[in-house]
Amino acid sequence: MMKQKITISIAGLLLEVLSLSLAAQDGNQMLRKIDRNMSADSRIIESTMIVHGKRNDRTITSKSYTMGTGKAFTEYLSPARERGTKMLKLEKEMWVYSPATDRTIMISGHMLRQSVMGSDLSYEDMMDDRRYEDIYDARVTGSEQVDGRACHLLSLTAKVDDAAYPSQKMWVDSERLIPLRAELYAKSGQMLKQITVGDVKQVEGRWFPMKMTYKDVLKEGKGTEWIIHTITFNQSIPANVFSKASLRK
Amino acid sequence: MFSFICKGIIRDRRRSLLPVVVVTIGVMVVVFLDGLMGGMMDNMVRMTANFQTGHLKVMTRAYAADEAQKPNDLALLGSGELMEQLHRDYPEVDWTPRIFFGGLLDIPDENGETKAQGPVTGQAADLLSKGSKESARLGLEKAITAGHIITQPGEILVSIDFAESFGVKPGDRVTFFGSTMDGAMSFANYRVAGIVRFGNSMLDRGGVILDITDARLLLDMEDATGEIFGFLPGEKYLKEQVESIKTSFNHQQAGNPDVYAPVMTQLMDQDMMRQTLGYTDSMSFFMLLLLMVALSIVLWNAGVLGGIRRYNEFGVRLAMGEEKRQLYRSLLTESLVIGIIGSAVGTALGLLICLLLSRHGLDYSAVMKNIAMMIDPVIHTRITPRMYYIGVIPGILSMLVGTALAGRKIYKRNTALLFKELD
Repeated sequence: MMKQKITISIAGLLLEVLSLSLAAQDGNQMLRKIDRNMSADSRIIESTMIVHGKRNDRTITSKSYTMGTGKAFTEYLSPARERGTKMLKLEKEMWVYSPATDRTIMISGHMLRQSVMGSDLSYEDMMDDRRYEDIYDARVTGSEQVDGRACHLLSLTAKVDDAAYPSQKMWVDSERLIPLRAELYAKSGQMLKQITVGDVKQVEGRWFPMKMTYKDVLKEGKGTEWIIHTITFNQSIPANVFSKASLRK
Repeated sequence: MFSFICKGIIRDRRRSLLPVVVVTIGVMVVVFLDGLMGGMMDNMVRMTANFQTGHLKVMTRAYAADEAQKPNDLALLGSGELMEQLHRDYPEVDWTPRIFFGGLLDIPDENGETKAQGPVTGQAADLLSKGSKESARLGLEKAITAGHIITQPGEILVSIDFAESFGVKPGDRVTFFGSTMDGAMSFANYRVAGIVRFGNSMLDRGGVILDITDARLLLDMEDATGEIFGFLPGEKYLKEQVESIKTSFNHQQAGNPDVYAPVMTQLMDQDMMRQTLGYTDSMSFFMLLLLMVALSIVLWNAGVLGGIRRYNEFGVRLAMGEEKRQLYRSLLTESLVIGIIGSAVGTALGLLICLLLSRHGLDYSAVMKNIAMMIDPVIHTRITPRMYYIGVIPGILSMLVGTALAGRKIYKRNTALLFKELD
């Protein structure tokens, strides 16, 4: 009788370990599929950012070019005060150019955690273009509905030291394999940001969210909407776009 | 009796010199400390008012609720009209706008790229308007260690530690990078007019000063300001007057439900000033009490020594029929006279030292290097009417207590044995 109990317990434990391992495998596989939708060798995006402040809303339009995970260039097109402001990211370095002062300023240290243009996004958020699977290990922890769509609930834990958010909770559309909602956490477990996604469209054969809403939960205000007007993937971008010289052009 | 005691004090100097010297020193210390503490308080109030609070301050309610963060996105809009109203309603007060801000100060290399950069906290005041007292309030003339104060738009003052860390000199071009009141990126180039030392580690580490017009352009705060400071005439803080102005202004706004409606605070409502000053007052009282106890112990000992020396005198007086109580009373009267003399001399000396230090000041910047308090490193002692009597009470009391304790021996003398002792 005793022997039977022990056998059952060991079998239960093995099943538990197996299911956890399968959940991790499923989670990491899911991350790879999400990356296939969200990442590309290159991207060109024209977008509008609407920052809902405490007193008023601000609308900022920009055009950005991304090459792989290390290079990005953004030019702000409007409003007048921001027009001509450019940002360049090369691997782990970032510069911002202001036409008003004709100066190129390096953004580093604690400035990377500051908000970009008063939005709910930090420079760090904008810089980190790495694929999910390069930063996180994922586990499927359940399933829920988000906006009427069936989602897998993923728990992401950073496997690299320099992740901006050590853990995330992500609701992934089980059919289209894109995140519909995410909660970003600090090491302490404190929630820092919430992201919700809308207007998911098929672009060049992949599902992509054309509207994302970021909410910095530590900040007052109603969040920041990021609306993509046009997006093209894997288009060739001249190498000189990602140079400091292009900031002054 | 009184003239007999006075003659005794004057003729027998060995009897009176030590107690007079002890009381004089004690009273002098009390008077000096009172002047010094008063000077320190004045200094702290003045510096806090000039740099952080004004005697009065107007902000929006939302800004006031989060004031420590200096949230310029919650700043007063239409500040020009509000300033006019304040000038109209309270013409005796000098109202002036202030903006606090933070960001990065970037120092370019010869190619215009970042050579060095560091975080700074800035304060903008009306430095260029005709008749403005802001430059004097911030002590800019005195604080300049190189270059000159801001004399035209486009100039900036940089604190000494920052300048030394990043090799900034007067005449250099620097770029400020921060956020406007709406959160947009803000950039501006400035010429370093001068390097300033405030004598306050917090400000000296990373402080910059701008003219208010430049700050408004930088932070996109046209006709807006973070705070409006009010200063009473003669830059003298008067608690009752500021309280009455504050109450009157806030009463006008009481019916306004807007979270961005202006609200007025006074110096004591801010930065724990009320608690700080209350704590300092308690400390002053405690110090006086301690000094009085110490003086009493010293004078008690002096009285005991005097009693031993005058053992025979007391014996003769008792033998001649003087009552113990009478003798004890005469000793107390004597100590009262000594206490008055010592207190008068001590008060005069204490006042003299305070007078000298009120004119020339006491520089203690060497011990203030790492203190992040808004205190001018040169203290000018404060002369107040209470200094004429503050030392007299502990001076006389300690002398009386000391003599009263030492004189108890008189009651222990056995009159039956007096003649035997005298033999």
